[in-house]
Amino acid sequence: MSIRSGWLRKHGKWLIILPPLLYLFVFFLIPFAYAFRISLADTALHVPPYSDILSVTRDSHINLTLNLGNFKYLFADRVYGLAYLYSLKTAFFSTLICLAIGYPMAYAIARSSKSAQSILLLIIILPFWTSFLLRVYALEGIIRETGLLNSSLLWLGLIHEPLQIMRTTTAVYLGIIYSYLPFMVLPLFATLEKLDRSLLEAAADLGSPPWRAFIDITLPLSMPGVIAGSMLVFIPAIGEFVIPTLLGGPDNLMIGRVLWDEFFGNRDWPVASAVAIAFLVLLVGPIAVYQHYSTKQIEA
Amino acid sequence: MHERAPWSLMMVLYLGIAILYIPIFVLIAYSFNASSLVSVWGGFSTAWYAQLLHNDQVLDAAWLSLRIGVVVSTGSVILGTLAAISLVRFRDFRGRLLLTGMVNAPLVMPEIITGITQLLLFVAMLHLLAWPHRGFTTIVIAHIAFCTAYVTITVRSRLQTADRSLEEAAMDLGSGPVRAFLDTTLPGIAPALASSWLLSFTLSLDDLVISSFVSGPGASTLPMVIFSKVKLGVSPDVNALASLIICAVGVCVVLAGYLMRRGARQRQLDAQMAET
Repeated sequence: MSIRSGWLRKHGKWLIILPPLLYLFVFFLIPFAYAFRISLADTALHVPPYSDILSVTRDSHINLTLNLGNFKYLFADRVYGLAYLYSLKTAFFSTLICLAIGYPMAYAIARSSKSAQSILLLIIILPFWTSFLLRVYALEGIIRETGLLNSSLLWLGLIHEPLQIMRTTTAVYLGIIYSYLPFMVLPLFATLEKLDRSLLEAAADLGSPPWRAFIDITLPLSMPGVIAGSMLVFIPAIGEFVIPTLLGGPDNLMIGRVLWDEFFGNRDWPVASAVAIAFLVLLVGPIAVYQHYSTKQIEA
Repeated sequence: MHERAPWSLMMVLYLGIAILYIPIFVLIAYSFNASSLVSVWGGFSTAWYAQLLHNDQVLDAAWLSLRIGVVVSTGSVILGTLAAISLVRFRDFRGRLLLTGMVNAPLVMPEIITGITQLLLFVAMLHLLAWPHRGFTTIVIAHIAFCTAYVTITVRSRLQTADRSLEEAAMDLGSGPVRAFLDTTLPGIAPALASSWLLSFTLSLDDLVISSFVSGPGASTLPMVIFSKVKLGVSPDVNALASLIICAVGVCVVLAGYLMRRGARQRQLDAQMAET
């Protein structure tokens, strides 16, 4: 009995740590290692549709066949490179526009009274949790040829024939900005709310005009929120699949769409894995920046 | 106290909120449109809702999504709470950095990558272990992985601010550490657990990309059915279905927010009582 309780006291904490640690290790981390392995395999005509890179020959030699062809293929076929660049560009500009709209919104919420704040936050959080698919679908109802936007503009006499927004680059930008705006506002609000107002009062007392105080004090102090919010928009926007598929045209070939087609259309798993791994490598930088700033924010 | 923002900023805020909400309200309004032409108002009708009740494909998908949601949120609350306790209470253990990383990564990882990699693992597991078959089980496993991350972050921030003096008092009075935690701290974080259950449920109910990858033939969740319908074009019964889901998610989120706020108010009252 005493031996058992002594063992429990010493190692009992592992009963709490191990279940989530093992679960996430097996079902979140291992899959990445596995995808890496498959990206080095050959396409094969059996189930699963890829060759084994490790094989044991009859005289117990372990054979390692690595196929770098999938990665070479990514560089050889311009589609992938262009899709990466196009995704980066789209995500970058959407993030800037989200920041330009989200910053004043977060600032206005941070300056509201406490009771108004909790209601405004709930209003921002609600779309944050509502499905992307449904919100993109709702947006389509506004911007399509016979949608609310075109019919209002026609009714007002501002235009004489409907604007073609659907299936254009504009629609993809509108979709990303509309979907990801709450992801920008919430972290910005979190830093702006903690801002020490007495610093701004001191600047005003010393004769600094409000815009000067904003640039010298508010903006630098809210940088962690700016970066966290930007990364929360930028990173998932690069991999966006639903928005370019439903709102974009054939030109809006973002990497998420290429990946989906490679997988479901061409059923080429090794190439799809190679695309995913290459994509992940490109994301390591932004994700590291995000992790760095979000842990800083938690510690502060 | 708070100096109000200038009116120009308030305008941007209200405009931003309007942009966020107008499409949703228009969608809900048009779900009651009698006309089958989606852009012409033909009078008020609930016909599209009635039609949903006779659509077996939609009903099957809804039932599958609800079952998945309940199992996923229960599993994630258990795993996420354990992870939060590990990160807050055990300051250093081997694997702490790994656990922190694995909890934060799903929040920023593009779903399409998570989906593909998890599918590859499931295919290999099925090949080697004859388990799990693609469908309900694989969707549940994949959803728990990312919902656990959200639960951990919610519960972790709540645990960090929890007062440990009661728990220490219970231990001084002879309770074991587990007993003391269950009797004192657990009731305090219960609202956070309930709200993370609801949030996991909405995340699972909403997910399209990961489910599409890891699901197998015959197992279509509600978002998968909607996606295939929407790709074919706007149809009025999708409006009705979308409105129902948006309302369900709205109720879950408002309830979760209410639980968190009530928990916070209770703590304030307790603190005041303790001072007097």
